Formats: sequence, structure tokens, C-alpha cells
Amino acid sequence: MSMYESINGRRTFIKKMAMLSAMTAAASMFPGIVFASEQEKGIEDNGNLDWKKGPCRFCGVGCGILVGTENGKAVAVKGDPNSSVNKGLLCVKGYHQIMCIQSKDRLEHALVKKNGRYVKTPLNEALDIVANKMKSTIDTHGKDSVAMYTSGQSTIPEGYVASKLMKGAIGTNNLDCNARLCMASAVAGFLTTFGADEPMGCYEDIDHADYFVTWGNNMAEMHPVLFSRMLEQKSLRGAKIIDFATRTTRSSTASDRSILFEPQTDLAVANAICYEIIKNGWMNKSFVEKHCNFSKGITNMGYGLEDNYKFTDKPEKIDFEAYKEFLKDYSPEKVSKYSKVSVKDIKYLAAIYGDPNKKVVSFWCMGVNQHTRGTWMNNLIYNMHLLTGKISQPGNGPFSLTGQPSACGTAREVGTFTHKLPKGVVMNEKHRKLAAKIWKVPYERIPSKPTYHATEMFRAVDRGDIKFIWTQATNPLVSLPKTGRYRPAMEKESCFVVVSDVFPTPTSDVADVILPAAWHIEKSGLYGNSERRTQHWNKMVEAPGEATEDAWMFIEVAKRMGYGDLFPYSKENHVEEIYNEYKQFHEGAKHGMAPLEVLKKESGVIWPYVNGKSTQWRFNSKYDPACDNGEAFHFYGKPDGKAVIWQRPFEEAPEKPDNEYPFWLNTGRVVEHWHTGSMTRRIPVLHQAMPNAYVEFHPDDAKKLGIRNGESIKVSSRRGSCVLPASINERGLPTIGQVFVPFFDENMLINDVTIDAFCPISKEPDYKKCAVKVEKV
Amino acid sequence: MPVKSYIAHAMTGKKEELMQALLSFEQCEVIPAENQDVVALVTDTPNDMEEEILKQKIEAIQSLKLLSLVSGFNTPQN
Ligand code: SF4
Repeated sequence: MSMYESINGRRTFIKKMAMLSAMTAAASMFPGIVFASEQEKGIEDNGNLDWKKGPCRFCGVGCGILVGTENGKAVAVKGDPNSSVNKGLLCVKGYHQIMCIQSKDRLEHALVKKNGRYVKTPLNEALDIVANKMKSTIDTHGKDSVAMYTSGQSTIPEGYVASKLMKGAIGTNNLDCNARLCMASAVAGFLTTFGADEPMGCYEDIDHADYFVTWGNNMAEMHPVLFSRMLEQKSLRGAKIIDFATRTTRSSTASDRSILFEPQTDLAVANAICYEIIKNGWMNKSFVEKHCNFSKGITNMGYGLEDNYKFTDKPEKIDFEAYKEFLKDYSPEKVSKYSKVSVKDIKYLAAIYGDPNKKVVSFWCMGVNQHTRGTWMNNLIYNMHLLTGKISQPGNGPFSLTGQPSACGTAREVGTFTHKLPKGVVMNEKHRKLAAKIWKVPYERIPSKPTYHATEMFRAVDRGDIKFIWTQATNPLVSLPKTGRYRPAMEKESCFVVVSDVFPTPTSDVADVILPAAWHIEKSGLYGNSERRTQHWNKMVEAPGEATEDAWMFIEVAKRMGYGDLFPYSKENHVEEIYNEYKQFHEGAKHGMAPLEVLKKESGVIWPYVNGKSTQWRFNSKYDPACDNGEAFHFYGKPDGKAVIWQRPFEEAPEKPDNEYPFWLNTGRVVEHWHTGSMTRRIPVLHQAMPNAYVEFHPDDAKKLGIRNGESIKVSSRRGSCVLPASINERGLPTIGQVFVPFFDENMLINDVTIDAFCPISKEPDYKKCAVKVEKV
Repeated sequence: MPVKSYIAHAMTGKKEELMQALLSFEQCEVIPAENQDVVALVTDTPNDMEEEILKQKIEAIQSLKLLSLVSGFNTPQN
């Protein structure tokens, strides 16, 4: 490179950095701001750039990206104008994503711990060690002594081979994934209400709705591109955004109305809305009569705080009168007393759902799902839409958003949960038989009982029941609740730990073997986003060193364990071969997946893909060819074709503020960082914009305690503590008596403080509520 | 050789006008926001004095409401 080129290149880089800082700063001032795609201006004139399509690496919105490569290097990212998800727009994380590849501490080679030190080891040898250890553990302790913990960021083929290896080849259900921590309540909500997972609508709903009600969902930071689409509709058509939350965020300030509630009382407010809908005659009687049943389940289920906790719900049909009677405890006047939501605001919300001439979309994500009554909360949101018949139509519907880029595509559709199979559940003989047939294994090999969900899996590691664990594309020692228990558990000699990742993390720090994984665009793959959109991409650049596709490392280990005949895929084409095998599971009008040739051409395709067409609104016979009951709507996930309106009461959180621990602790994310920060903290512009975590106070609480901005504060619970700088009147505003801490910072592990209580039905932990005290240090 | 980045806030509805005015200076690169009256701006000038002159010219643009500095980089002359 000549001197001129090198200076010129550096200068261009600096200008690009400067532009990115300006955009990042603007994003922190204006919620939902998006910049035009001229970001790559100047680069585009360069005829050598080759633009390849794919989905964004980060969130569940699933924006389409175009990555510009030159001489084998990724040099630019822009929004894909052909993607109907984002129409060419991206958020700050999206624009900067490829910058993490260049990080100096990238894992490029396998590392094997020998005498307490990590030794660089050829990948083949490391894979031998992993396979031998897995096999010898099974020989000595049985197949349920080994476990795998994967991710909603794994690709569809990666999830599929993980499931086939664990359930089909080895014959254990010891497979779960981090989507248990974010989406399990959504899944349980869908299954209990509709008998079929994933939203019925699609993002086009945004273009038709009159009202958006967001339930505990800071979309401006967590789903920024969707939020910008809502803001666009707000200015174009006067659509209204109502933010219902426990903390004032950028979403609240950009909304038409912000309504705050006391943590956990969303259950009561949702019931109060249903009470009002019925009382005021806003119920869509013919819809309810034709398409709904009423049921109740077990109450006082507990919170799963003790090891080996088990719970199975016992649904019982009830009639409308019984449901109406139940709702009498939830008049706005009664609920207002403990929810801290005014009677007027409850009635205002009910009137939005109740107005037959207004279209309403409800959005929610972690606030509702990470909840010890998360399944119930999902059910209750469906109740409002079912009672009013506002469902499965353009602009009318409940819309459960997802956090991770393929929590839907991989975790839920492939089924990398202990109870799941690529189609259906392990408990169902028909589903096991189908899996056995496609996998070509004896069906008796697939066990019929689920074993460990995420929290219980790490408890089993701690107890010594699991003696080998392999994690992939996830960082549980930052993201699990109550990490103070699970970090020492993973350090125990009794368990051999294998970690596959792209960068070192606190989880790889405790590994016996670290496997170097190829990053997103260094491999081909498929992701599935929140609106049932499957997106394919081709490998765009080579991975450094010996970094390898996760799916291929699973296959190599399977072969070494003697299962080669079940994994007859080729290195060059395994993604295609695996997808084509997987696709057979979902054949038919209810879940048909698009052929690979179509996915290669299009910027994503929504399933069910039937007769060459995407189904945008399921269960509505106008749009969904799977409806065959001769009615306008058909909830075909349930045997009688009817959805269930659930009677679910308000119950308290397992731990509430008291004299000793007087504050609620709420945890969450920030727009700049992706989850535990292992990627985004390696992107300079994002790291500079948000370098560390903090503890957010309401100014009145800060004043009372004499706390100033930036002062070091120790946040402690009954489980552990964490020291962070105070933040007052900065990013967000918690209610009085509540503090908020983001979890992206591995140097300030707030999950040492959180509680590992979970929803007994979904087994998803509650990261939004526990009791803490705060002290200056 | 200073490189600076700014957020340029346009008068309501005047984003396009502001863009054009900024682009008339050779030392400016801009990316407009799609949904706000805001433009991300990077300036690249040979020295501090020229930077200051450019800044004064930018601040004189009628469609500009507010110019806020985000970051500054200084690279050696060659
Ligand atoms: S909104 Fe989500 S998917 Fe879209 S660019 Fe941002 S992080 Fe990526």
C-alpha cells in the first residue's frame, strides 16, 4: 500500500467513525430516529464493492441488510431496500455490526485448558477431546449426564443439528436454549390460547392500526426500526401510541400517552380492561360465541425457587357467566388501588380496545414474558383481543415481539427446548414418530419426557447431575438470573464445560475447551424473525484462523461419536442439505416453509408459504388457506378450532420491597448494546456511546438518599450485590421506589443480584422484579 | 487536519434546504435523518482556522436551528 493510500484510508475511516458518532448521538436524542441509506455514500461509487443480502445479526425485528465486501473483506453495511421489514432503514446497531469482526481478541483457534492454562490447540484435536469426553461421560454416567445449551442467535441449521444430535442420536432431552430466558412465556401463551406458536399477524399491521398499545415494551430502544415505522404512521395518519410500563423511557416520551403501573399489577389491569369491555357491551358476542372457549387453570402455582420444582397446569372449561363473575374482583376502582393506575386511565385503555371502529395492535416483549406469571400475562392480552374480535386482521391483533434474531426461526420452530421437536413436542408419540422417521433413528430412542429447562439445567450442573455441558452462541454467566450461584457451579470439577463462541466472555472464562466459532456473515445460514419471516444468507467473507461454523463443529463431533450415518452432510453444502431435510417437518398449509431457491432470491419469506405465497394473517379465512371450517375465522391449532379465553387472576410477585430491601429492581437493555455486550462492546462507536452500566434512580429517591449522578452505588439483594455509578435524569426514569440497571456490562454483573424465580408454566425467569437495597460506597 | 462531527437541527420542515446549503461547502459530508428534522454532519478541514471559518458559515445558514458538536478528531498533516 502506498503512503498516500494508507493516509487516505485512515482519513476515510476517521470520517466514517465521526459520522457514526453523530448518528449514534442523534439516536440518543430522538427515539426511533433512522438515517437514510446514503450512509455508504462515497463507497458506492467504488465499482469493486459486492453487495450481499442477509438479515441483521442482532435483534428479532430481523431487518434486511446489504453487506458490501471488497477484496474478501466486509467494508460497509446498509439497509436492504427490498426488505419489507425495514425498507432500507437500520438502527445504530445494525449499521455498525460488522465492525466487531476486526476485534483484536477474536477467538481464532481452539483453546484447551491444561494445568489451569489455555493452550492453543488444532481444531481437530479439540473436537476429538470434546467427542471423547462426551462419549466417556455418557458411558460412565448415562446419557442424561450430558447437556447442550444453545441460542436464539443460532441459525436454523445449527439448531436443527443440535436437536438431532441430542434427541435423535444420543437420545436425551437435555437440550435447552437462551430463548427460555426471553420467549418461553410467549410460546406457552400461544400454545395455551391458540394451540399454535407465533404471531398471527405481520409487520404490515403497523400500516393499518389506529392505536398501538405497548405493554412493558421499550420499543424505541429494543425494536427501533419497528418503532420508527410506528412514528411514521403517527405523523402520516395520526395513529396513536400508548405506552403502558413501569418506567418512563424514550418510548414513553415519544408516545401520545404514557401510563405507569406498579410492577406485577399488569395482570390486574388487563383483567380490569376485560371487565370494562364486558360491562359496557363492547364484547363482540358473535365472534366469541363462534370462535372462543373459556377455561381456568391452577392458581397459587409457586415460583420455582426450589431445585427440582415441577408444575403441570390442569385446564378446566368454564362458562361465560363464571368468567364474568371472576372479573368482578377487577373493577377499575378496585384495581386502581394497588396498580397505581387511575380509574380514568384504565377506562381509557378499555375504551381503545372496546371501540369497534378503531383498529388496535398490542405489542409486548420482555416486560410481559420475563414475569413469574408470564404465560398468564400473554393469555390476558389475548383475552382483550378475543373478546373484541380484534385479531387476525390487518391492523388488529396481539403482536408478541421477540428479542433475538432467530428465537422464532431456531428456538421455537426447530425446537431447541427440552420439550420440543422440530414439529411438536417430545410428549406426543405421533411427533416422536415423525422425528424418528425423518432422522432415521428408532423412535424409542427419543425420550418422551422433557428434562431440564435453562434454570434447572444450571442447577443440575451445580448439583453435579450434569457432568458435561456445551454452550453455543450464548453467554449464560452474564445472562442467567442469580449468576452468583451458577458461576461457581460451572467452575466445579464435576462438570466439563465446552464453550463455542466468537469472542471470549465470562462464560468462556470457565470453559475446559473453547471452540472458535465463525461469525454471522462468515457462514451461510437462515434466521426466522418476529413476523414468521425466514431469511437466508450466503457466506460473505472467510472466518479468521480456524474459526468454523457451529453446525459443522456439531457434525464433526457427532461423526467422532459414531453417529456419522445420521449426519451425511457435506462441508460445502451442509446448510442447504440440512434446511431441505428440516423443511419436511413443516410440510402443509399450516406451517409450510419456502423452498431454498425462493429464500435465496427474496429478502425473506413469511410462513406458512402455500402455493408460492406467504400467509400474512393466519386464522383468517380471507388470507389463510389452512382455514377450512367454513367460517370467517378458524383457530385450527386447537382440535375444536376455537381459541381459549383464560381466567387468570392477579397474584403477587415472589419478592416485594420491604424494610430491609426497599426498592424494586428492574433490569433490561439499551439501544447501543446487544444483550451481554460481547459483540457491541467491541464496536468502538457503540462502546463509546454507552461504555458501562449504571443504576438509574428517580430524582426524588436520589435526593432523599443524597445520591448524585455518577456516585458509586452498591445494589444488593438477598442473593448478591453489584456496584455501579448512579444515573439520574439520563436515559430513563424509573418510578419512585424502583431502580433500573441494564445487563450488557460484564464488569458490572447485575444478574448476581436478580432472582431465579420463574413462570411455572413457561419456566421463564422474571428479570424485572426483585427487592434490593442501595448504599453509597 | 480536524475532522469533526455534528448534529445539525433544521428549522421545522427545512431539512432538505439545510442539506443543500451544507452540501454547497466542499468540506461537508451529510446524512439526513429519514424521520426527524436532523442531519448528521462531518466536516473535514486542513486546519483549525479553516474549521472555525467553516463553522461560522454553517451557523449563518437560515434553515439551521441549532448546531451541536458530537466529536472531534485531529489527524497529522500527512
Ligand atoms: S432494529 Fe434490530 S434488526 Fe433492525 S437494524 Fe436494529 S438491531 Fe438490527
